[in-house]
Amino acid sequence: MKFFDYARATELSEAIGEFAKPIAGGTNLLDLMKLEVETPSRLMDINHIGLNEISPHGDGLRIGALVRNADCAADLRVRRDYPLLARAILAGASPQLRNRATTGGNLCQRTRCTYFMRLGTRCNKREPGSGCDAIGGVNRDHAIFGATEHCIATYPGDMAVALAALDASVQIEGIDGSRQVSLRDFHRLPDGDPHLDNVLTGGEIITSVKLPAPVGGKQIYRKIRDRASYAFALVSVAAIVTLDQGRITRADLAFGGVAHKPWHDPAVGRALIGNEPSDQLFSEAADLLVNQAKGQGGNDFKIPLLRRSLIAVLREATGIGGNDVRNL
Amino acid sequence: MFGTYDIPDQRNLLDRTRQGLIGAPLERPESGLKVCGVAPYAAEHHPPNCAEGVLVTATIPQGRVIALHKDEVLAMPGVLGVFADKRMLRRPAQGTAGKAPVQDVRAVEYHGQPIALVVAETFEQATHAAKALRVEYEASATVPLDPEGLETEPGRKPVVLGDLDQAMAEAAHSVDLTFTTEGHASAAMEPHASVAEWQGDDLTLWGSFQMISHNVKELADSLRIAPRHVRIRSAYVGGGFGSKLGISHDAVAAAIAARELGRPVRVVLSRQQVFDTITRRSETGQRLRLALDAGGYLAGIGHEAWVSNLPDEPFAEPVTQATEFLYSGENRKLAVNLARISRVTSGSVRAPGEAVGMQVLEAAMDELAEKAGFDPIELRKRNLPSSQPGKDRPYSSRMLIEALDQGARAFGWQDRKPRPCMTREGEWWLGMGVASAARVNMLRPAAARVRLEPDGSLRVQSDQTDIGTGSYAILGQIAGEMLGVPIARVTVELGDSSLPSGAGSGGSFGASSTGSAVFRACEAIRDKLAHRLGVPIEALELRDGMAIASGREVAVIELLRGEAMEEIGRIKPGKTDKDYAQASYGAFFCEVAVNAFTAETRLRRMLGAFGFGRVLNARTARSQCLGGMVWGIGSALTEELGFDLRDGQMTNHDLAGYHVPCHADIPALEVILLEERDAPASPIQAKGVGELAICGAAAAVANAIYNACGVRMHDFPMTPARLLPKLPDPF
Amino acid sequence: MPLNPPANFRVNGKACRYSGDARRSLLDFLRDDMGLYGTKKGCDHGQCGACTVIVDGSRVNSCLTLAVMQDGCEVTTIEGLGSPEALSVLQRAFVTHDGFQCGYCTPGQICSATAMIEELAQGWPSHVSADLNNPVPSDDELRERMSGNLCRCGAYPNILAAIRDAMEAAR
Repeated sequence: MKFFDYARATELSEAIGEFAKPIAGGTNLLDLMKLEVETPSRLMDINHIGLNEISPHGDGLRIGALVRNADCAADLRVRRDYPLLARAILAGASPQLRNRATTGGNLCQRTRCTYFMRLGTRCNKREPGSGCDAIGGVNRDHAIFGATEHCIATYPGDMAVALAALDASVQIEGIDGSRQVSLRDFHRLPDGDPHLDNVLTGGEIITSVKLPAPVGGKQIYRKIRDRASYAFALVSVAAIVTLDQGRITRADLAFGGVAHKPWHDPAVGRALIGNEPSDQLFSEAADLLVNQAKGQGGNDFKIPLLRRSLIAVLREATGIGGNDVRNL
Repeated sequence: MFGTYDIPDQRNLLDRTRQGLIGAPLERPESGLKVCGVAPYAAEHHPPNCAEGVLVTATIPQGRVIALHKDEVLAMPGVLGVFADKRMLRRPAQGTAGKAPVQDVRAVEYHGQPIALVVAETFEQATHAAKALRVEYEASATVPLDPEGLETEPGRKPVVLGDLDQAMAEAAHSVDLTFTTEGHASAAMEPHASVAEWQGDDLTLWGSFQMISHNVKELADSLRIAPRHVRIRSAYVGGGFGSKLGISHDAVAAAIAARELGRPVRVVLSRQQVFDTITRRSETGQRLRLALDAGGYLAGIGHEAWVSNLPDEPFAEPVTQATEFLYSGENRKLAVNLARISRVTSGSVRAPGEAVGMQVLEAAMDELAEKAGFDPIELRKRNLPSSQPGKDRPYSSRMLIEALDQGARAFGWQDRKPRPCMTREGEWWLGMGVASAARVNMLRPAAARVRLEPDGSLRVQSDQTDIGTGSYAILGQIAGEMLGVPIARVTVELGDSSLPSGAGSGGSFGASSTGSAVFRACEAIRDKLAHRLGVPIEALELRDGMAIASGREVAVIELLRGEAMEEIGRIKPGKTDKDYAQASYGAFFCEVAVNAFTAETRLRRMLGAFGFGRVLNARTARSQCLGGMVWGIGSALTEELGFDLRDGQMTNHDLAGYHVPCHADIPALEVILLEERDAPASPIQAKGVGELAICGAAAAVANAIYNACGVRMHDFPMTPARLLPKLPDPF
Repeated sequence: MPLNPPANFRVNGKACRYSGDARRSLLDFLRDDMGLYGTKKGCDHGQCGACTVIVDGSRVNSCLTLAVMQDGCEVTTIEGLGSPEALSVLQRAFVTHDGFQCGYCTPGQICSATAMIEELAQGWPSHVSADLNNPVPSDDELRERMSGNLCRCGAYPNILAAIRDAMEAAR
């Protein structure tokens, strides 16, 4: 770890507009600082500035940026009204990490691309202009949507995938005031400048995440990974599905582990709405989803995996298939 | 008297002693220290004024270091020195090497190899300075990084008997299959660590090692000093699994820096460095040919493996080891072919050979059974030879049939569906699988000191290590049993090279070898006690501090007459090693669920039945079996080292990328211990257990996956990425 | 705002102060400054759980937080849960069930389980809870909740038995 100075903010104003790197839970930042992928010269500890409450906001909820992931998932309102969010958080990392990781920090979590995390390799995200060793390398964890010749990394988090399905928004404070960004627009695609993970500019800080009014429905977060727990997603599916009189009336979907941001393709949801659930319908929607997907070799399996995972989730959400034991 | 073991000890003396300790599921004597965090591991010896060393590792796969910009780093705060000594290690030693491994860190042989050590006052200063050290290389132009398609050399003496091709041609049923297994890491939870402290010309090194007496020689030879100047202490070792068999670079670097700086130096490998620099299990390619005659008997077995290692490294994953003795079939071709590539050293990782060889052999047997219309258990049982094919020597003992039968009963094997895709639970296909377990048994030279104190308490001393295996418990139990001392009055001191040389921990030989040395020391003491009591040794019974014979009962402390009685027991492998085919055996049963949509596999339950001679401690033996099965599950489903074939770097060199099983991956596991006595194996009739329960476990999982969803997996681990393309229609 | 302020906090009930190099992790502080070597370094990156301690009632990876960030906190390590002479209920259960082999992940498993039992008592859900609002402590629940603590020796079934035993003893 490079040497840095440490400062401890006691109110939000001290943390805004600072060149110092804010540290909250630190679970990702310190990990990367130890690898010297992140090398801030000053750390601003923002754990003592408040922003750690969940409060009603209109018909929805406002989750303070410093609410710990574990507290968010355990919050009774979140569990009752936004089970998708609770489930996505609980699918991520480990209990120990969720006890430290915060709402804002989790959104700023950086990629787990092995080349990004290892000095001495070419990585446009870590060192703009150096190239991308993941292309043509070991890339089973990498993106199948929105990748460019500059970067094929994925955003690795779970919580944000649920927030994308929930159409949450991110409240941001900077020296020029505050602004609100849809969660779906908060993270960005790599384009030509993959060193930028999201739309935050220097000195800006996330202050909260706002959840719209609860929408009910069946809410599912399905995460496929290489071991049963404590692993990043190969792919994940966040789904909110509502049925009315046998027809799908709502289908809000988002996908993790497949792009530089939580992947949201409104056309897939639209293809489902108004229809009766069936395997054929779900297969068509899944085909629509992966239509534009492109593998890098090592991650080609993600395309059929995502397709089939979506079908499984839609079946579960609409009660097709059931859970009975059948002897065939 | 070197104690060569030439004649099987059939006395079963430990069945006639009366203290009631042998086999008892006693708690480990060190358990209180471990659960309270006060058992000191290597890095936790922190002598005053200890400096911190951090290794610098290569970022090229092969070449030479032509410049180290030391001055820039020496100017950094707290930095005390930069070392790139010719004596520093490029590779760790293989198990039992007993001499220096490949030295001189100015040449680079693999990506991530140690090339320098930076020492500073604090860990933070040293880690940053190590990263900041600028290195200039002259990189080799072409470097062999992919074993595929390379020329090979024999890695093991091939076995060629009869005519396998003809047997295959004439077979009523046969399989000819190609499998792959990916590389594995030991990934012991405690990273390699060394604290070196010199007093004059004498070095004390607190390290994390499995085989201390060899490690002393390896360290001394590396430093070019006499072994008598080196003392290694490893009282507690946070897991080994082969990775700590030989001396490693942390130890040599720490010793060199400590000498130079005139103060103690601690070097702890980062987790990434453990992956990058410590021995891996080679990836394998394996071709299995099995020829069955019309009567259901194996006429031929072919098992050819392709593995890799660095140039000149003597170790080749002995993939075919169990195939040499497990099943009949007089026409055989068994071979291990070794390619030379520039990846981190291959070496022993828990159950070298069988861990991946049995995994594949037992998967192939399942396919053969299906093809021939046999129940897989029946096929195995009818193909157990009466003597080892090609060697014409008997088996010392073999509980394989008992393991298969008792395991099947306890597991409920009769409920297995005869064909795949017959049980579906929602999204999940359910199925059951079976596989045999087999692992060679080894006896290794060992010595131990046993001292009966004047007050009747007992001390057992050896440099034998306990890497979680239960040495502290078992050695005390053997001594207490033999000398009639209650376990509370027995003290066991281990892991210090100043003590007599035990076998060390490796190859599952620690308990039976060092245990036999303890046994023999105790026999000598028993002889003396019998002599003092004036009775023949056969008549002597020792229990609870009393010597009982011919109707007399005398307190042992009276016989001791105020003086301690001390003996060193020794054992060495002898004729029994050659005269018998020795192995431990068992069987695995498991039930899996395979997600028809996502190809995730989850174990529902697993059972193992194992026979490994005398059970010395039922609790620690069971734990060893559980651990082995967990490793088998990891090998089946999650564990694989990744390498970038362009520059040889390991792409998942941490515990987030290399997936050892976590709690959620492991279902209820049941273990059946099958008591047996194997006299040719050791005078205590015990064999090895630590590795047995991996050997074949992954095949049981693969066979269950087939029974569930009808997919034969030939590439391990069976991740969703590998299984998904083969799944049947999920609807 | 002062640069590099000290941190005043408590470890196992004892007041302590850190004002050195800000890079020092809580883990290294506990081990090398306090001599509390029960907290283990297995990966130093939050990938194994061996360094788990309890901070203000929550289990955390002490490798991924800084000593200077503990200002005002109450830290409990394995040494604070019991001693060989006075084992905690959970420590005793780990001994009884042989919930370890090499012992290196063990303090982390025990600290983690100690806090996990409390999380369950408070009704916290997990990834595998069928009903988020009413998690039942099934074996699968316990496994999922302990999955942040790797054990390479594979003592998992015994660890589970130990935890279950301790939970039943507490009822």
